[in-house]
Amino acid sequence: MRRPLVLIALSVLGAWLLLAVLAGVVSPYDPLAQSADTYAPPSAAHWFGTDELGRDVLSRVVHGARLSIPLALAVVVLALLLGGLLGLIAGYVGRAVDEVIMRLTDLVFAFPQIILAMAVTAAFGPSPANAVLALVIVSWPVYARVIRGAVLGIRGENYLGIARMLGVGPITVLRRDVVPNSVGPAVVLATLELGNAVLLLAGLSFLGLGPRPPAAEWGAMIALGAADISKWWVSVFPGLAILTVVLACNILGDAIRDRFDVGHR
Amino acid sequence: MLLRSVLHRSVLHRSAVLRSALLRYVLRRLAIAAGLLLGSTLVGFALVQAVPGDPVAANLSDQALGDPAAVAAFRAKWGLDRPLPMQYLAYLGNLLQGDLGTSQQTGRPVLADLLDHVPATIELVLPAIVLSVVLGTAIGMYAALRQGRAGDQAVRVGALLGLSTPQFWLSVLALYLFFYVLGVSPNGGRLSPQFSPPPRVTGMYSLDALLAGQLDVAWDAVQHIALPVLVLSVVTTATLVRFVRSAILEVLRKDYIAAAYAKGLPARTVLLRHLLRAGLVQIITMTSLAFASMLAGTVLVESVFSWPGVGEYAYASASALDRPAILGVCLFVAAVYIVVNLAVDLLYGVADPRIRLT
Repeated sequence: MRRPLVLIALSVLGAWLLLAVLAGVVSPYDPLAQSADTYAPPSAAHWFGTDELGRDVLSRVVHGARLSIPLALAVVVLALLLGGLLGLIAGYVGRAVDEVIMRLTDLVFAFPQIILAMAVTAAFGPSPANAVLALVIVSWPVYARVIRGAVLGIRGENYLGIARMLGVGPITVLRRDVVPNSVGPAVVLATLELGNAVLLLAGLSFLGLGPRPPAAEWGAMIALGAADISKWWVSVFPGLAILTVVLACNILGDAIRDRFDVGHR
Repeated sequence: MLLRSVLHRSVLHRSAVLRSALLRYVLRRLAIAAGLLLGSTLVGFALVQAVPGDPVAANLSDQALGDPAAVAAFRAKWGLDRPLPMQYLAYLGNLLQGDLGTSQQTGRPVLADLLDHVPATIELVLPAIVLSVVLGTAIGMYAALRQGRAGDQAVRVGALLGLSTPQFWLSVLALYLFFYVLGVSPNGGRLSPQFSPPPRVTGMYSLDALLAGQLDVAWDAVQHIALPVLVLSVVTTATLVRFVRSAILEVLRKDYIAAAYAKGLPARTVLLRHLLRAGLVQIITMTSLAFASMLAGTVLVESVFSWPGVGEYAYASASALDRPAILGVCLFVAAVYIVVNLAVDLLYGVADPRIRLT
């Protein structure tokens, strides 16, 4: 992918991060404040119009960044930690432990992601925390496999054997030698997965299993807009928000993948 | 004479070895699929256990909860007064009899509900898969053959755009544009109100109407199918374009392609004889990729189009927090997915003998 595209993607993500931080300052209205001015089309007073309760769509989209971006980051980081830890154990300990962990990854891969995430969130009860938990549960296996592969690749290296001969404990060997030498590909993978996490999260909210109303969440806002499609602005703008964030993540991810050549499932 | 019989025997021997390799391959795949199916029931059971609070309250509708006999029957059926492993066995036994629980919303067995919704989903998914595989192959090949040029760049950006679009949002946009603004598409559903469903044969309205000779009904059904199929195909096509592009690029780097060009074969012949043939096995992969993408897509797309398929059922159950139905859908979809993957693996084994040895 070309360099200008990557720059554009970076600035789009930067802008969204800035908006998320400054949401309270830059948004013209309280995202939850209802008014009598319902379903007003975009105008000078409401750039993105208002929804069925008269709430300002622009303010809600801006505040949505505060929900979607941190939650997606949480999903990716937690999945990286959980998958990384399990992959490390599988690769380093090997044998039966490896077998069990790898069969678990097979099992998660046997479900389409959004459908397993839906079932997990529904079982635990719909809430932002449980949506994150569900997405971590469906997305840790990729990291586990990548880290396991990396660990297997360095397991025979001399420096590990020497460290052990010198009497360094296994935990220390893992922490000092194995982790730094195997974590790279998984971190690259995590940037690739960020866009996917935003999409899945929006999907869960669209299904009513993410942050509950009246929270300003992009997927949930689109679900509201779908109730009356003639009021296009209610769903178009939050959708554009998702699209720009995910597209920027994917462009970056592709560039990083081209650079580091990391496999993707 | 001797030589010939030795040769003959060695050929026989080789084909026997190959056959036993194939048999071993098939048996291994079957065992893996069976293991995954069993594993998915463990996942389902774990999720049932994860539901906070009283499982009776979580699974029975309010009406049934008021009826002590129904509550007692539920407890007995799912073995709720027995230890956990026994509960799992009860759960497994019920699953094996096709009992996925009872939907709180409809009060009917989840499996019966699902089977009612399956034909509508197949009616969307089949044309969408065909469309995506054809478009994905054509566009992906085009991009690969023009690698690095403007056309390739445009395709790559377009494919990324398709992958980054939330499908439920695209559905709303498509309905807004084609129904509300242009008025060329119906507003969701399977048939216009003036038509009644054709006599049921396959459960797919367009096909059944054709079978019954009701051309107007068939045409109306096709019009209703068009928009959701297009939306479902966008994301899937984007996935496939990327897959085909990189697969073709890989083949293009192979020596035999260079050799084919070097001996003066026209580009068309190289393309059709060598490239496409090398890619035939990939078509199987593409179909399974497309299928997986559709399974996820229908959940997010069908509800916007009021399309009464499995995805819409999943959506309705999710928004009503109808847990038995959601878990039932999840297990059902996983089972379908596992069986499809098994079929794909078996096809691989037949199409490409090298794979049997792995």
